[in-house]
Amino acid sequence: MEFANLLPVIAFYLFAGSACFCALMVVIARNPVRSVLFLVATFFSVAALFVMLGAEFLAMLLVVVYVGAVAVLFLFVVMMLDVDFVELKQGFAEYLPLGGLLAFVLTVELIVLGATFRLPENVVAQVPIDPGVSNLEAFGLVLYTEYAFFFEAAGLILLVAMIGAILLTLTDKKGVKRQSVSAQVARTPKDGLKLVDVKPGEGII
Amino acid sequence: MADLVSNITAMAPEVFLVVTALVLLLVGAFGGRRMAGPVNLAIVVALIIAAGLALRDIPNGSLELFGGALVLDHLSTFGKFSALIASALSLWLAHGYLKTENRLSAEFGILVLFASLGMLIMVSANDLLSLYIGVEMQSLSLYVLAASNRDSLRSSESGLKYFVLGALSSGLLLYGASLIYGFSGSLRFEGIAAAATGSGSGSVGLIVGIVFLLCGLAFKISAVPFHMWTPDVYEGAPTPVTTFFSTAPKIAAMVLIARVLFGPFHHLVADWQQVVIALSVLSMCIGYLGAIMQTNIKRLMAYSSIANMGYALIAMASGTVQGLSGLLFYMGLYLITTLGIFACILAMRRSEGMVEQIDDLAGLSRAKPGLALALTALLFSVAGIPPLAGFFGKYFVFMAAVDANLTWLAILGAVASVVGAFVYLRLIKIVWFDEPAEPFVPASFAQISLAGVSALLMLPGAIWLLPALAKWSQIAAAAMFVHG
Repeated sequence: MEFANLLPVIAFYLFAGSACFCALMVVIARNPVRSVLFLVATFFSVAALFVMLGAEFLAMLLVVVYVGAVAVLFLFVVMMLDVDFVELKQGFAEYLPLGGLLAFVLTVELIVLGATFRLPENVVAQVPIDPGVSNLEAFGLVLYTEYAFFFEAAGLILLVAMIGAILLTLTDKKGVKRQSVSAQVARTPKDGLKLVDVKPGEGII
Repeated sequence: MADLVSNITAMAPEVFLVVTALVLLLVGAFGGRRMAGPVNLAIVVALIIAAGLALRDIPNGSLELFGGALVLDHLSTFGKFSALIASALSLWLAHGYLKTENRLSAEFGILVLFASLGMLIMVSANDLLSLYIGVEMQSLSLYVLAASNRDSLRSSESGLKYFVLGALSSGLLLYGASLIYGFSGSLRFEGIAAAATGSGSGSVGLIVGIVFLLCGLAFKISAVPFHMWTPDVYEGAPTPVTTFFSTAPKIAAMVLIARVLFGPFHHLVADWQQVVIALSVLSMCIGYLGAIMQTNIKRLMAYSSIANMGYALIAMASGTVQGLSGLLFYMGLYLITTLGIFACILAMRRSEGMVEQIDDLAGLSRAKPGLALALTALLFSVAGIPPLAGFFGKYFVFMAAVDANLTWLAILGAVASVVGAFVYLRLIKIVWFDEPAEPFVPASFAQISLAGVSALLMLPGAIWLLPALAKWSQIAAAAMFVHG
């Protein structure tokens, strides 16, 4: 086989291997912050696989949404919440037999399923209609025409989420001190500064 | 362009509700608390106007919109009208309640409005995507409404519980939808129907997909074994929110399930029938057995609604056109009775606040004979005692089951309703024969009129109500059987 043909194969195994390794590390890393960082690495490896499939938009989306928003949120939660991971891991040995049995059964089931599964013949693989059109263009062409209704309705769902978040968190209680920009700007040295003549040996009461 | 305009005109109720919601949201945001009351009342009016718009005639009886994403037919008209009217009446009750509690906010009405919009999409869904979008829009609004009383720990708990379990059910639903898409190659119901018919008895993947989809949707109608959230959420949420939960979303989800099962999967009736029968039997039995032990009237109503969903599912299980019309007929009566009973529950207010225990109803007959009479009529009806309307609801359901060779299911339903009658008779006994407790404060006009009208519809009004409702539910049910 020529080297040029071999290159994508090498790249695939490289990214697939790194995705599997990082995913494993997410589960077995002792430090939760490291777990989250390995999760980010997993997303990047999978994004690289998407690029190799020609789905560059999906790869971008994965990085922007999952790395940029979801994983960072995880990181915040892990760092801000006082979760005692040592305590969480207690009783590990106690549950190991049952958990191991379940894992074994699931593995066997997966193997059996994988060995016997056949895709139905009448399913047509989804291929780009025009190879000259980029992913983003192809999405845009249907998103605002054929799928306009879903697009608008999804927008309304996001609006509901926003209203809900505001309704559940915003309080207008009395006695809460808020920033007033105009008051801050209008403040002069005269209001904020007081010159006091302190006599020797005395303090300010 | 002309296509877009005709699609939008056909969707008049939805478009009207969206525009109203956006305008009133701004009014509520800038008007502050002063505008909260008027905004809520305006939304009640808007929902009724939208219900009127939903009744417009559909050319040719069936119309597909946005390339088949939504469908308008007599079934969607039935679902839209009943869901919108139920939402409007619940919001009307809620307005009085929130005013008394001094917790009026414009967002409450706006969220009810968005939930109703989600229901409109649900009842006319013709595509797995619109199904999911409708369900999510409705559920997301409901989660927030459940937690809307932030000062109450129980309300926050119920909102959180509803949200977590609802997210789980959405996951099941999406998993089922992805399996169905994977094995049929289509998101549109017609495409799925073609794949389901072509494969003879239906491929295993498709059937697993249907089961998962049904599990996700069964959560929305709180059918056993997906009912665990119902009593806690109904108890914790503010009472008018509970009223809303137990009426409009139930009819929307029922119509949606009917649309899925009688539409694309009509030929696989032998496969999904077993699942629906299991849900129905469990809901009836566990619903009524659970209701016996309750002391809180909202929890009791939660179990009662679970059991009622079981009866509606009997009709669904028959898989025939009589079954579907029986289902719609039953759900229509269920909406009217439930609204009336909750109007009575909302009237259970003493000078120090709301009371929710069943024992607080003691001696209601002496303090407020009118309310006691209305409540008794409604409870007798929901128990299925003959001259009242509720009996005919159950009768139609059982007849549909018998016609579909499910006589044993009908008999089981009749036996369960005996247990149910015990539950409701216990309430009636407390109202009429127990020693009077401290009297309630006078009920509001909304509560009296709703309880009165729904009670009157159960007995003398039934002469007019039953034929009209039966005719309409037959027309609506026939819409699903045009093609097949």
